[in-house]
Amino acid sequence: MTPGPIDRFAADVGPAPAGPVVAVGGRTQWDVGVADPEAAATARPVAAPAGVVAVEAADMTVRVGAGTPVSDLDAALAEVGQTVAVPDWPGATVGGVLAVGHSGLRRLGWGPVRDTVLEVRYVSAEGTVVKAGGPTVKNVSGFDLCRLLVGSLGTLGLVAEVVLRTRPRPAASQWLAGEADPFALLHSLYRPASLLWDGTTTWVLLEGHPADVEAQAATCAGLAPVASPPDLPPHRWSLRPSALATLPGDGHGPFVAEVGVGVVHRDVAAPAREVDPPVAALHARIKALFDPTGRLAPGRDPQAARA
Amino acid sequence: MTDALAADLAAALAPDRVRTGGVELGLYGRDASVLAGEAAVACFPLDGDEVAAAVRVARRHGRPFVARGSGTGLAGGAVPVGDPVVIVTTKMNRILEVDPVERVAWVQPGVINLDLTRALAPHGLHFAPDPSSQQACTIGGNVANNSGGPHCLAYGVTSAHILALEVVLPDGTTTTLGGLDPEPAGLDLRGVFVGSEGTLGIATRIAVRLMPNPPAVATLLLDFTTVADAAETVSGIIAGGLLPAALEMMDQRITEAAEAFAHAGYPTDAAAVLLVELDGLPAGVAAAVERVGEVGRAHGARDVRVAADDAERALLWKGRKSAFGAVARVAPNYYLHDTVVPRTRLCEVLAEVYVIAERHDLGVMNVFHAGDGNLHPLLLFDAREPGIMDRVHAAGEDIVRVSIEAGGVLSGEHGIGLEKRDLMPLLFGPDDLDAQARLREAFDPDGVANPTKVLPAGSRCGDLQAVPEGVWV
Repeated sequence: MTPGPIDRFAADVGPAPAGPVVAVGGRTQWDVGVADPEAAATARPVAAPAGVVAVEAADMTVRVGAGTPVSDLDAALAEVGQTVAVPDWPGATVGGVLAVGHSGLRRLGWGPVRDTVLEVRYVSAEGTVVKAGGPTVKNVSGFDLCRLLVGSLGTLGLVAEVVLRTRPRPAASQWLAGEADPFALLHSLYRPASLLWDGTTTWVLLEGHPADVEAQAATCAGLAPVASPPDLPPHRWSLRPSALATLPGDGHGPFVAEVGVGVVHRDVAAPAREVDPPVAALHARIKALFDPTGRLAPGRDPQAARA
Repeated sequence: MTDALAADLAAALAPDRVRTGGVELGLYGRDASVLAGEAAVACFPLDGDEVAAAVRVARRHGRPFVARGSGTGLAGGAVPVGDPVVIVTTKMNRILEVDPVERVAWVQPGVINLDLTRALAPHGLHFAPDPSSQQACTIGGNVANNSGGPHCLAYGVTSAHILALEVVLPDGTTTTLGGLDPEPAGLDLRGVFVGSEGTLGIATRIAVRLMPNPPAVATLLLDFTTVADAAETVSGIIAGGLLPAALEMMDQRITEAAEAFAHAGYPTDAAAVLLVELDGLPAGVAAAVERVGEVGRAHGARDVRVAADDAERALLWKGRKSAFGAVARVAPNYYLHDTVVPRTRLCEVLAEVYVIAERHDLGVMNVFHAGDGNLHPLLLFDAREPGIMDRVHAAGEDIVRVSIEAGGVLSGEHGIGLEKRDLMPLLFGPDDLDAQARLREAFDPDGVANPTKVLPAGSRCGDLQAVPEGVWV
């Protein structure tokens, strides 16, 4: 039997002493979580397999290589009237988005990116292929290593292939913008897909049946249809949703806040956050057990990633 | 030995919240499965500090510990192995805080699932996971098992509804995993803890995400003259791009039993019925009701009944939710299974389930979460019949095997516990199990939190974990 793309990827990564490696996707979030740039620079870049392996439209799942651009995945799913709650950032790969773990602007309506992942096949620090999870939409068979890998920045294993849960492509989708109280809208609208606010302007994304979108839009006094959401500042802050009301005039400059979610996009980086010592100790033990020689994504630290 | 242990626990908690009596220990030696073990002592903490104290006392005495809520688990996950301290969370049953604006509630682990949903009703909010045992099961148990329920089809299982967990780790320290902000720093240890069946520590305060009640809800009952038609309808609904809030199937025997109990107006001559719930905004719900009716009729549905009002909706659900209790009218005992298959393979796997039951000369009923492919065959038997359990277990293992051969998994919502621990190699290879064992070792290097559960002996290289003694079926 000829080795498949996952086996070739594993051979590329090599067994344990084969030196430091880092999985490279579209480099769209390349600096996230780099705690030691010198160490990060020592890693040999490897690329996960690319390509949509199987669109299981009737099961509403898709198997896809981690190196696949998200836009390619979405195009394949569009052909069967489906989509996936993985943000389609220009140039980003499926594996890259999952390694960083940040959700897109539709998190309010579609949920976090981590909840789309059903199965992961990854290459371990020893160079072996490991399966976590399973291909069904519901599964509690054993420990949830998929959740561990999403947002791990490739420090515990290099994701080769995933099975994702898909969702119906909404029949209608409309951004609105204008001056309105976003916190009132969060409670007057039924589960909007997205709700953004920069202190002055509010943006709402309504999705679903065209008549529902129209009816919900009619209740949004002061908002008018627009083509797209605003451009986002480059840095992400993570705040409790109830803390967003005090953002204007907090001294950290302009922002675009995801109302109801708590992600805030700003021009300045978020302050470093303290990690509770028992949690830091768990991180250290997990890393030591999954990557005893520290060869996976050296210089990167998930604890530094989301500040 | 146990006297000194009990005395130390009594000093750390209170004398009346530590039990060593035989009858009580017998009670806490079981869950809702057919498995049983033995507890050394049971204790009833009131808060996280007392849980931490109990864990530290257990460690000092060299004992493992096992947390349990209401004991409704079906996989032996709460069955004590190795003379552990059983830490019962049922007295930790307070809803600590409900924030209807931020849509989050902090609860203690012993809060009953249905009590939480009832407390949220005035706010127009609910906690989405709704296991069939929701009148009895606890939120802590839901966290341990990553529980599901009919309404997890559209809204996800427990993991999707847990924001943060205050936990006591196996070394007795307390910390918080996850957070109320959307992107807490570091690995998703919250997500790892949910579904870990008490092997990574004990959740002592739980932040749950609350969902707004949908503005429109429609509940449909479709009836079919063959099981295959009903199963094909399920696949057709999902393939048609519809995502119902719930999509449940019941075959004829369970429909008869449920009808006799609940008088829901189920057609008892139907080979199978589908209970479909659609929710959301009114136009989307109306269009989905039409589509579900069309798909059903295209697959031979005799009747598509749409509940006229809330009372009829509640009645249709009453039949489904009381189905397991209704089985007592048919057979003295049943063994409830739980596997998942791809939704496109439902029809063929279901046909296999009937063949397997016949081969082992057992009655079978099927009532399950068809929309997510989560099968729940009930094998019917009379435990007084000699040798019957061997046939029940053999049939169960056959059901697991055909599910996995069809591309499915071992469990959709009951968990692995002891019941399916030794079947894990059907789904995972040695490297896969070793990775899971490493995660567990990171949290619990000494193997004291609910030992011998989930992972088979030998999962970790050099693992000398003993086959549990004192467990019988």
